[in-house]
Amino acid sequence: MRALPVGDSALLVEVSSGHEAQALHAELLRRRAEGLLTVREIVPAARTVLLDGLDDPVRLASELTASEVPPAPPRAREAIEIPVRYDGPDLAEVAAHWGVPEHEAARIHADAEFTVAFCGFAPGFGYLTGLPQRYDVPRRATPRTAVPAGSVALAGPYTGVYPRSSPGGWQLIGRTDAVLWDHARVPAALLSPGTRVRFVPVDGS
Amino acid sequence: MTDRALVVVRAGALTTVQDRGRPGHAHLGVPRSGALDKPTAALVNRLVGNPPEAAVLETTVNGCAVRPRSTVTVAVGGAPCPVSVDGRPVAWGAPVRVPAGALLDVGAVVSGVRGYVAVSGGIAVEPVLGSRSTDLLSGLGPAPLTDGAVLPLGTPKNVHARVDVAPQPAPPAELVLRVTPGPRDDWFTAEALRTFTSRTYRVSSASNRIGLRTEGPALDRAVPGELPSEGMVLGAVQVPPDGRPVVFLADHPTTGGYPVIAVVHPGGLPAAAQAAPGTPVRFINARRH
Repeated sequence: MRALPVGDSALLVEVSSGHEAQALHAELLRRRAEGLLTVREIVPAARTVLLDGLDDPVRLASELTASEVPPAPPRAREAIEIPVRYDGPDLAEVAAHWGVPEHEAARIHADAEFTVAFCGFAPGFGYLTGLPQRYDVPRRATPRTAVPAGSVALAGPYTGVYPRSSPGGWQLIGRTDAVLWDHARVPAALLSPGTRVRFVPVDGS
Repeated sequence: MTDRALVVVRAGALTTVQDRGRPGHAHLGVPRSGALDKPTAALVNRLVGNPPEAAVLETTVNGCAVRPRSTVTVAVGGAPCPVSVDGRPVAWGAPVRVPAGALLDVGAVVSGVRGYVAVSGGIAVEPVLGSRSTDLLSGLGPAPLTDGAVLPLGTPKNVHARVDVAPQPAPPAELVLRVTPGPRDDWFTAEALRTFTSRTYRVSSASNRIGLRTEGPALDRAVPGELPSEGMVLGAVQVPPDGRPVVFLADHPTTGGYPVIAVVHPGGLPAAAQAAPGTPVRFINARRH
């Protein structure tokens, strides 16, 4: 584990895997909940957790790097279920990449249990991990100028669901009616880091 | 009966509602947003008797014009500009009474970029996640002003400040930003690090509320490729593939994959908000001073 200073009041803690980043994130949330850590933002990402708004980042850096990341705590909450019609325009390409028929690609995706590793790109957009590494897929060579809201998409090791229409280069495998982001709802985001997710196939319209 | 609202007569190039933003939601992909020149937003609020968290208007280069439906006190600050009420010049940087139905015109800036207009009671659009700020990256908060839009106003709480003209820093003729190297300075060549803190850049006209873009010598990488996405802070100096540093401002993305060579000291960011395209920019290594 490395703790890199970011300006005068933030720390970027770098670990060696996405799994470790999720465990570190859980541990930092626990410390904050117990009043052991005062910080404005805890932002997990692919291999790092950013702590922004610290009084004494140097002291925290030496404290953190002196210890091991404890294993992620047992998961208490049930997985959120997201209904998906697996009829995306890139499903055939993803299936070909995986070397399986389309219906089998949908089944592989729906059988996996996902965890929101981190959020970014847009409010409520989660980067979900859970597929074995052999199912990593490349981004599209040419990004789409508009990906519809609710698109379920793959890129690299991640699955994501577009909270609203936006440009995007991910492979679209399906579509959901679930509302990923509603700022009038509490909480506004359906998915936050650490949330467990299952995609449940539903029949096309 | 009072009708506490502002009618937008001339929206200007880009006028947005801004307060202190919505920090604390970065883990959900929500940018902090908020006024780029925070001390000025706080100052104009104080001049009209508003609390510091009240929402103000942030104008860009050519100001805006609004007509209050009830009598209000306003104050205009930030980038210096002519201000008039029904065509008569009034003070800039001071509380000014605008009668119900009169036209407040905030003119084009003489220097700098962004003007701040506080109105007694504050702009009272519906908050989103605790803030009324327009976030141009994520689209949260109210849309930028358009001609004919009507903005609700809050109820004034205090009498305005008894000052004639409040002192304000002039927009920078040269933008000097103190930086702390890292977290990814090791992704750049030693030559690039020297170039970054010794050569002069210029503010690019492609700058916006997301980032202050620069033109100048490209910074060469020692490590190729992209980083796995990582969290970004306000003032991060990210270096995209073209090698020209970008200073992240209030609407910056919460995560990014281009390496951050250094972070600007927060004290320099209000001046960055007022640095017009073409302004020389120098990055000074704070560790060496």
